[in-house]
Amino acid sequence: MELLSLLRGRTFRRGVEAPEYKELTAGQPIRRLPFAPRLVLPLDQHFGDPARALVRKGQEVVRGEPVAEAQGPRSVPIHAPVTGVVEDVELMPTARGPKSRAVILRTAPGDSQAVRWSRPCDPERLGTAELIEAVQRTGLVGQGGAAFPTHLKLSIPDGHAVDTLVVNGCECEPYLTTDHRIMLEQPALVLAGVRLAMQTVGAERTLIGVEDNKPDAIAALRGQIGADEPITVRAVKSKYPQGSEKMLIKTLLGREVPSGGLPFHVGVVVNNAGTLAQLGHLLPRGEGLIERVVTVSGPGVDRPGNYRVPIGTPLRAILEAVGYREDDPSRIILGGPMMGNTVASLDVPITKGVSGLLVMPQAAEEVVASSQPCIRCGRCLEACPVGLNPAELGRLAANRQYQAMEERFNLNDCFECGCCSYVCPSNIPLVQYFRIAKALNRERKS
Amino acid sequence: MTPAVSHIALASGFMAGLGALLAGILALANRLLHVPEDPRIEQIEDLLPRANCGACGYAGCRPFAEALIAGETEPARCTVNSPELNQEIAELLGVSVGSRERLVARLACAGGTHVAATRARYEGLKSCRAAALVAGGGKGCVWGCLGLGDCEEACEFDAIRLNRYGLPVVDTDRCTACGDCVEICPKGLFSLQPESHRLWVNCSNKDPQDEAQAHCEVVCTGCGRCVMDAPEGLIRIEQNLAVIDYTKNDLASPVAIERCPTGAIVWIDDDGQPRKGSSARKITRKEPLPRMEPLPRV
Repeated sequence: MELLSLLRGRTFRRGVEAPEYKELTAGQPIRRLPFAPRLVLPLDQHFGDPARALVRKGQEVVRGEPVAEAQGPRSVPIHAPVTGVVEDVELMPTARGPKSRAVILRTAPGDSQAVRWSRPCDPERLGTAELIEAVQRTGLVGQGGAAFPTHLKLSIPDGHAVDTLVVNGCECEPYLTTDHRIMLEQPALVLAGVRLAMQTVGAERTLIGVEDNKPDAIAALRGQIGADEPITVRAVKSKYPQGSEKMLIKTLLGREVPSGGLPFHVGVVVNNAGTLAQLGHLLPRGEGLIERVVTVSGPGVDRPGNYRVPIGTPLRAILEAVGYREDDPSRIILGGPMMGNTVASLDVPITKGVSGLLVMPQAAEEVVASSQPCIRCGRCLEACPVGLNPAELGRLAANRQYQAMEERFNLNDCFECGCCSYVCPSNIPLVQYFRIAKALNRERKS
Repeated sequence: MTPAVSHIALASGFMAGLGALLAGILALANRLLHVPEDPRIEQIEDLLPRANCGACGYAGCRPFAEALIAGETEPARCTVNSPELNQEIAELLGVSVGSRERLVARLACAGGTHVAATRARYEGLKSCRAAALVAGGGKGCVWGCLGLGDCEEACEFDAIRLNRYGLPVVDTDRCTACGDCVEICPKGLFSLQPESHRLWVNCSNKDPQDEAQAHCEVVCTGCGRCVMDAPEGLIRIEQNLAVIDYTKNDLASPVAIERCPTGAIVWIDDDGQPRKGSSARKITRKEPLPRMEPLPRV
């Protein structure tokens, strides 16, 4: 096993090797953009229960101050990313489509925009429960895309033990380079976050998985690890979706997360490198998550790069600052090209889980190919990293047999990576089918 | 006899014997393992439409027939059947047919392509469910009908057809109120309404007036004229949208729709089609609206 993986490079089975296009931004240091005049902070921008607004129309807030509190344990607070005035708490458009309640802030012009609110603590003196509470107070959620609250990820249910913390530094989506730049520029913060997370979950060792297309980041991280620390950085093969947590666990540890299970069922907790860098920065200072790094890239951007953007900044403000050559929102993608979604309006804000903003103008020669019947070539079966049968699932979805998809073909193990749609020569929108099926099955159950 | 003929005779004799033996076993099993069943189930099922649509609240026509015999429900619960056949079932069982006001599916949106703007092009799977998952679809109004026809496809009675503007039109004669369209619509625009609910708000937009009007010409702006004209308490404005209190439906009359500037509140005529008030803006455009320019910066 060990010998084989040495020969092949550490990896998982199937998946796809797509062009990466990371050279556009991989060499660009993280920079700031001017503050937008108006920020929109949706109260449900994370997985779980929405936050409850703490501010009223007309109230002045300082940068870093909480504007919404967690509503129960499966929720996180939201902090003001700028010093300014609350314009309103209203229904606002979001990237997902339906309008949701949001705190609208008008930035105070001429303010230095220093962080003016913090509740520092000494993490070394805290127990597990207090640490998890402190993590929740930072409002931190997974920075890789799913926006899953970090304190929930670090809470291990009774009866389960975690031996290994896995740090996800793969960033396998094409174009995106946020984690790459964070690992390169802030390796000390990533490692600080790693130590805090290890302390919280009680892990004995840490494995940091970084794709082998980022040798500089691997070297930077290795330079920060003490001689006797049980932390190892491992280069893994650059292949999509290496950065999916279940794939990465398989690659690094050879363990398979059971169907319907979570990583802690096999003794592992996975966190994204960018999330841990935020944890290492925010937790000791007792600050809230108010900004994040976003890769702004694609052929339609004048100055592609990695930008530190306040949460709630409208896409239009970012694109105007970097220059763009396409204003058809259906050519603008939030997230990566494989799993991200196009937007319907440029007035939607950057939320805590958005790692990329891509502008892809329609090329003159591009033909939008229509979907053709399945020719049973089986390429989707060779691509599906979880070993599902996308062709059969697609056939059932077209016949609206959604329950059979779940009961007989393990639809719920699909994490919508998009490999099947990517390789399908008939252009069948398989992942779209699966998303519909999952949504309808969820509604039927509730 | 030649050997070939004797082989054929032996084989057919054997098969005949085997057949007789198995038939005997089957005949015996039929007698010994017989499960007595109420013969009325079969009779009632013959009188039911056998559409298995589930509108009665039971899984299909047979469970409904069983429930009828058990006295748990009444024949009128089947909205698909004709009243005559339901009457026949009632006579067969010696119960009253029961009463139930006829329900029909109704859409709370009038934003066809000629009056409602789109802000983004949607190119994916031709399904409202799919479009709704990609940034809510390309329509300017995030509350409104996406017009890709999931309801038309879901309707097993061919009661829903998209009109030339991509808006579903319910054929009230064919509608059986089975609820499939209610379930499939990702924007939740369909509901099952008693036919007596003639006053109807044909819009679901909760945006403030300026934004709403930028997206659609037949939107309810929440101006409140219908609230003033209708008997007190019948209509109220909730989140910029007129809401009718159907517990006071007896008070409803077409007076409420007369001054509506956009025609968002309508009176359903006897033919099941909505009628706008006389002040409603006349829509003469037949072509789809062009894609919206990005809204000016705020």
